[in-house]
Amino acid sequence: MISYIIRRLFAAVLLLLVVSMITFAIFYLVPRIAGAGPETLAARYVGRTASADTVHRMAQNLGFYDPIYVQYWNWLKDIFTGADYNLGTSIEHCARPCLGYSFIDNTPVWPDLVDRAPVTFSLAIGAAFLWVIFGVSIGVLSALRRGSVFDRAAMTVALAGVSLPIFFTGLIALAFVSYKLGIGAAGGSYTPFTQNPAEWAYDLLLPWITLAFLFSAQYARLTRAGMLETMGEDYIRTARAKGLKERRVVVKHGLRGALTPIITIFGLDIGLLLGGAILTEKTFSLNGLGKYVIDAIDKQDLPKILGATLLATFFIVLANLVVDLLYAVVDPRVRTR
Amino acid sequence: MTAAFMDTPASSYLEVEDLQVHFSTEDGVVKSVDGLSFHVDRGQTLGIVGESGSGKSVTSMAVMGLHTASNASITGSIKLDGQELVGASRETIRLLRGKKMSMIFQDPLSSMHPLYTVGNQIVEAYRIHNDVSKKAARSHAIDMLDRVGIPEPAKRIDAYPHQFSGGMRQRAMIAMSLSCDPDLLIADEPTTALDVTVQAQILDLIRDLQKEFNSAVVIITHDLGVVAELADDIMVMYAGRAAEYGSAEKLFNAPEHPYTWGLLGSMPRFDQAPTDRLMPIKGTPPSLIQVPSGCAFNPRCDYQPRVGPACLDQRPDLVDNSSDHFVACHIPPAERQQIWAQEISPRLS
Amino acid sequence: MTTSDIEDTPPTDTPGPVRHASRTPDRVSENLLVVEDLVKHFPIKGGLLQRTTGAVQAVDGVNFEVRRGETFSIVGESGCGKSTTARLITRLLEPTGGKVTFEGHDITHLSDAKMRPMRRDIQMIFQDPFSSLNPRHTVGKIVGAPYKLQGVTPEGGRKKAVQDLLETVGLSPEHYNRYPHEFSGGQRQRIGIARTLALKPKLIVADEPVSALDVSIQAQVVNLLEDLQEELDLTYVMIAHDLSVVRHVSDRVAVMYLGKIVEIGDRDDLYDRPRHPYTVAMLSAVPVADTKRRHQRERIRLEGDVPSPINPPPACRFHTRCWKAQDLCRTEEPPLLQIGTAPHSEHKVACHFPVDPPASPVG
Repeated sequence: MISYIIRRLFAAVLLLLVVSMITFAIFYLVPRIAGAGPETLAARYVGRTASADTVHRMAQNLGFYDPIYVQYWNWLKDIFTGADYNLGTSIEHCARPCLGYSFIDNTPVWPDLVDRAPVTFSLAIGAAFLWVIFGVSIGVLSALRRGSVFDRAAMTVALAGVSLPIFFTGLIALAFVSYKLGIGAAGGSYTPFTQNPAEWAYDLLLPWITLAFLFSAQYARLTRAGMLETMGEDYIRTARAKGLKERRVVVKHGLRGALTPIITIFGLDIGLLLGGAILTEKTFSLNGLGKYVIDAIDKQDLPKILGATLLATFFIVLANLVVDLLYAVVDPRVRTR
Repeated sequence: MTAAFMDTPASSYLEVEDLQVHFSTEDGVVKSVDGLSFHVDRGQTLGIVGESGSGKSVTSMAVMGLHTASNASITGSIKLDGQELVGASRETIRLLRGKKMSMIFQDPLSSMHPLYTVGNQIVEAYRIHNDVSKKAARSHAIDMLDRVGIPEPAKRIDAYPHQFSGGMRQRAMIAMSLSCDPDLLIADEPTTALDVTVQAQILDLIRDLQKEFNSAVVIITHDLGVVAELADDIMVMYAGRAAEYGSAEKLFNAPEHPYTWGLLGSMPRFDQAPTDRLMPIKGTPPSLIQVPSGCAFNPRCDYQPRVGPACLDQRPDLVDNSSDHFVACHIPPAERQQIWAQEISPRLS
Repeated sequence: MTTSDIEDTPPTDTPGPVRHASRTPDRVSENLLVVEDLVKHFPIKGGLLQRTTGAVQAVDGVNFEVRRGETFSIVGESGCGKSTTARLITRLLEPTGGKVTFEGHDITHLSDAKMRPMRRDIQMIFQDPFSSLNPRHTVGKIVGAPYKLQGVTPEGGRKKAVQDLLETVGLSPEHYNRYPHEFSGGQRQRIGIARTLALKPKLIVADEPVSALDVSIQAQVVNLLEDLQEELDLTYVMIAHDLSVVRHVSDRVAVMYLGKIVEIGDRDDLYDRPRHPYTVAMLSAVPVADTKRRHQRERIRLEGDVPSPINPPPACRFHTRCWKAQDLCRTEEPPLLQIGTAPHSEHKVACHFPVDPPASPVG
């Protein structure tokens, strides 16, 4: 088991490296393919009025003349050592872990990410809480009453939930719940949990509901399918033959058996969301990691994009790892393999 | 139905009368069991033999009250220790399950929950019907595992089903079903998934435990060898009905139903050098939605022409032929016995 | 080595298996398939670097030959390696060691391309008639698939050939355009058999061909296989766990235990005069459909389970469960040697202390 964990950790690090290489290559090669030379890139950092000489010096300082692998290596090294950027007029320090430095905003990327992360985390974890409760219980009830009015209604709504995009359901929720009923913040505001938990929840209520609606729908469908499968298993018949109460048959034997795939998907979904719930954050103007990336893309702020992508990848890789380890906890058959 | 069944003393532990289990489906009503009567006493073993779709498993599930699907309709009478189960509330039957009647299944791997330890599952079964502490239930479970011949039960109790071999799993399954000391044990193909040496161990175990507990046992199988080993009485089922029902000696040494003959002729003999080709039954088992009219076996029966139209339009009743040997066939008894003695029996040995 | 006595025996000397005369081919029994020291180990990886830390010794040094026109059966309990052996013969698996010779050609390590023409001659029937047929293909397509794969156009066209095959196996030519789900289990097995017959194979390896079928249907298929053997000069290698069926269909039988053949011989020798304790125990465990014998038969009950093929017991692999085992059995592996007094006895047993044959014939 320990050697398995070590192997998985090793693979995770390797995966991060590969992803960072690919991201780096994309963001540094694409402008060059489009015809932009080191000077064009450097010009963006010094302003349009700068002389060719200034631009040239800038490009040199930033290492834009170096071959790509040297640039990548420097970027990678900076993460562990930190870096100083000579902008001619000043020397900007980017402390460890230096995930890059935005010359557009003149800020290092890492502190930004640290700043934005709590918003995204709050959004993801709160929504996850809701969708697990609602999705799984609706799925179970639907499976047990297959073909009933409840099942059909729930599955129709679920289908809508899966199909409708966040910016649509989000706006509907904003219009009805917030503006009409006056419940929940209209978006754009965020209060840290440590500061005021009640306000934190109030501010995030609508985004939670919107995001949870989408995921509840998926989880209800998944749970229903899983329950229908496990409730047909031989061991369910055995549980009934023992004389167990039906409720216990369903929860202890049925749901437990159907849970494994749900845990897998849950881990991956959380991992994905922690890197930024782009659409939800955009719809509700929440300053999380997702919105950070969107804004960075708008401004073509490559260091920001690179840093945020790497962080998102990190969460996904981490989630994968946790899911795999959780598997062993959930399913004894994996443990002995 | 027949006089003899009514004569059976009320002491039979399980008495099934004119049982019908029908399922309504989109294609029509599936008559899985259609008028079945039998009884089992304590200390006695009934073997129910039949091919897939004959209704043998559906029957056992009906006795256990495990047909929960809304499209199932069960009529007739199932009396367990004098108590009527058909029409009884679900809760009533639930409280009997595991306590007075219990069941073991064909595939012990899929029949045990893969995510709970064997001990956990036995403890659960015991505590449903006995108000005892977990600790007491656990020591009971260890006793049970020991009793069914699992080595190092105190250690093995914490293992998961997949860590057991097939034979050990079936033993654990038996331990679980016997944990509340039931009086009726239904074994549905208990050894079909097992290797032959393990099968012999399990059959021995069932026989020994029956003696020890003096329980009534119903063993459901397609394997005539298994019933020959264990059963006192045998019922041969075809298309949801009993074709022949009587003592094991009668069934093997003087069978009177063409279907029983067919089964015996289809079976390669293990204990003799093969002399001839097998004598299979022609055709395939009927659909249970459109059961042939008259005798359900008539399209596959070689003797139907001898009897004539009765087989085609009159359903034969299960009639007592000699002492406690029931046959559902239109061929007159004397002629049946003659066919067996002169045509079938010589070819089989 | 045991293989040498197999090879050294001139084919003409071998007494043609004396069984029910009806099926015995009249010609000289010649070896169609020879298997020598066949080994298959499935590696187990483990540890930090995923090095091979052990192996499942599924098949571990198996020798036998199959003669033209006979039915050779391999029996044994789950995990004994009989199915793996079948897959090695048909080259669905790559042997770890040993040699498989078919009609004098070494096919042990033939590449897929070189194996392809051989596949016409060696076909396989599988256990499960439900999963081995593609549900989305018509019967015509399924049965005709071998022609397509081999690029063969049979005389009279593919459709005609397929319809002939369907008739051969007792189905109707009109079934050509139907789908597998419209058929019962027995009929599906017939479809599978028709497919294997398409290219007129010489050897059919059948892995539990009837064990998924009901008793009455099983008998139909057994009879069909026997008829086809006679009509088409087929040779069968049958893998089965049902000892009654094996007794009925086989000419010669090999018993496997934990990857090794423990006893091999003529069908009647093996069933009436079993010598290896494992064979004796296994045969005695079979329930017999005869109530008169219920209490007469002497039972030998084996204790415990088959050990793991990952770390099989040393020397004689059966010694952990054998009531006759002595120190020798734990230290020295018994070779598969000829036993019995008949000059050309083909009865071989791998046991230091074989069971005495019964004084009078059983049955």
